[in-house]
Amino acid sequence: MSEHTTDKRVREASRRQFLQAGAALAGGSAIAGVAGSPALAEQGNNLPPSVPEWMKAPGDPMGSQPYGTPSVHEKGVVKNISKTLPQYISASGRTPLQELDGIITPNGLFYERHHGGVPTIDPAEHRLMLHGMVDRPLVFTMEDIRRFPSQSRIHFLECSGNPVYTKPYGKTASDLVGLLSCAEWTGVPLKTVLDEAGLQPGAKWVVAEGADAAALTRSIPIEKCLDDAMLVYSQNGERLRPQQGYPLRLLLPGFEGNMNVKWLRRLKVTAEPAYSREETSKYTDPMPDGTAREFTFYMEAKSIITRPSGGQKLTTHGFHEITGIAWSGHGKIKSVEISLDEGKSWQQAELQEPVLTRALTRFRLPWHWNGNPAVIQSRAIDETGYVQPTLAELVKVRGLNSFYHNNAIWPWRIDANGEVTNAQA
Amino acid sequence: MPRRKLKAALLAGAIAMLAAAAQADDRYGIGRPATPAEIAGWNIDIGRDGSSLPPGSGSVERGRTVFAEQCAACHGDTGQGGVGDRLVGGQGTLASPKPIRTVGSYWPYAPTLFDYIRRAMPQNAPQSLSNEDVYAVSAYILSLNGVVPANAVLDAKSLAAVKMPNRDGFVSDPRPDVHNH
Repeated sequence: MSEHTTDKRVREASRRQFLQAGAALAGGSAIAGVAGSPALAEQGNNLPPSVPEWMKAPGDPMGSQPYGTPSVHEKGVVKNISKTLPQYISASGRTPLQELDGIITPNGLFYERHHGGVPTIDPAEHRLMLHGMVDRPLVFTMEDIRRFPSQSRIHFLECSGNPVYTKPYGKTASDLVGLLSCAEWTGVPLKTVLDEAGLQPGAKWVVAEGADAAALTRSIPIEKCLDDAMLVYSQNGERLRPQQGYPLRLLLPGFEGNMNVKWLRRLKVTAEPAYSREETSKYTDPMPDGTAREFTFYMEAKSIITRPSGGQKLTTHGFHEITGIAWSGHGKIKSVEISLDEGKSWQQAELQEPVLTRALTRFRLPWHWNGNPAVIQSRAIDETGYVQPTLAELVKVRGLNSFYHNNAIWPWRIDANGEVTNAQA
Repeated sequence: MPRRKLKAALLAGAIAMLAAAAQADDRYGIGRPATPAEIAGWNIDIGRDGSSLPPGSGSVERGRTVFAEQCAACHGDTGQGGVGDRLVGGQGTLASPKPIRTVGSYWPYAPTLFDYIRRAMPQNAPQSLSNEDVYAVSAYILSLNGVVPANAVLDAKSLAAVKMPNRDGFVSDPRPDVHNH
């Protein structure tokens, strides 16, 4: 090991102690690797051979946190919210994907997109109205909704604009595709509730409306409503957070995020779509010829390496695990391939069980970094055989102004110092 | 028939009837009927054909005043945009490298304008404008785009009859559209 590298390791060790002292986490995070390195004695009162201070006195008593929060040393792990948005009422905040493990997004870090702010709704005064082309128009209280037979399922949610096609491209995994999260949802199949009202012949769409200040409205094809759509009241075991639609939201597994209407107050069964502002002037995909695609519901197969990823740094040569997430609105992930040589060759990543339909799937590949610059990237293949495309392949068909449904591969460049950056930027 | 057998037969018959009833109607009996008045209060969506537009009307002239008071702070005095979306112009740019999407250049149906303004605008006080003022602001925005004349007065019938310039600009989803393998 060169002196230069040793110096870096000492600096890294003291940086860790600095963080342990309670300072806020810096923006980037280092991936330290010590296995296989020569022994290096560290200095510090809490390090061996000393007895750490937190063993010399009792810790916080029971009840000091009635609702548990992360360690003070993790307070830098928060939603990624731009500080320069033109406004914060209709806006989005991203999940810090590169800080997370597994496939479940903690509720406090679930991505957010709202169009009229986050309402504070008293569940006792919230009603779901179901009307239109039904035999029996009905009103449900939240107690009513919870009386129906329930289901729990794990599904991802992703914003359709995640990310846009134009530069500047994001620096981190969160900047790029952080409008993506995954949770275990509990609620009632929408079909059960529609059957309660009785669908009339000719019912082809269900117009869903939120009880927020945008009264956000999207039209859902009846096939989806009778398939795997759910009315959801709980997320990861607890009631929905206000940002996720408390007390009731629609869940349409695999469909673009905004259709999963939050704060759901009304379902109107119709013969044709509402052609609301959100499904005509907003969530339509402009093409280079001036036309725009409408009713582009599904999120196609996609993946990203979250470690090592943009903004991180490899601090040693040797073993590193490459890991990331893959997902598809069309079903299960069949395989994930990883390239370590700028896309020239690809190898299979290991998929972590369970591999669930329309859920995040965690993948891994063991890797030895020899210190040479490298470009690493992943591509997902779903059970339909669809292969995640490159950005160039997408732009060739859709141009740069298509805005939505960008499911491109995002390669990361690792330089000789171990710095990881967006290779497309 | 001995009494015990009769009882058993009656019981079996009752069970069969219950089962038949359950089959004919497997509802849970959860929820209560929505009244016509409740539905009328919440049923605010306006389809593209405008058939559910409410009574009332509004002029471009009135819309100019309402727009100045309620909309211009975010959308600019003449709908040129600001914190809020640009509402005016852009016709003929959709196939260019820098497409400008506005009500005039992009929105396919005029009744959607009424629907959206009524449900969500102004952002700080949605559902606060009268139907007359929503018609008026819709008329003003359409006139700024040259879609209706400056002396137009719009109501349910005339708003539904407006043909938007980009009416035929939308296509269905052709994905998967990248054939890489």
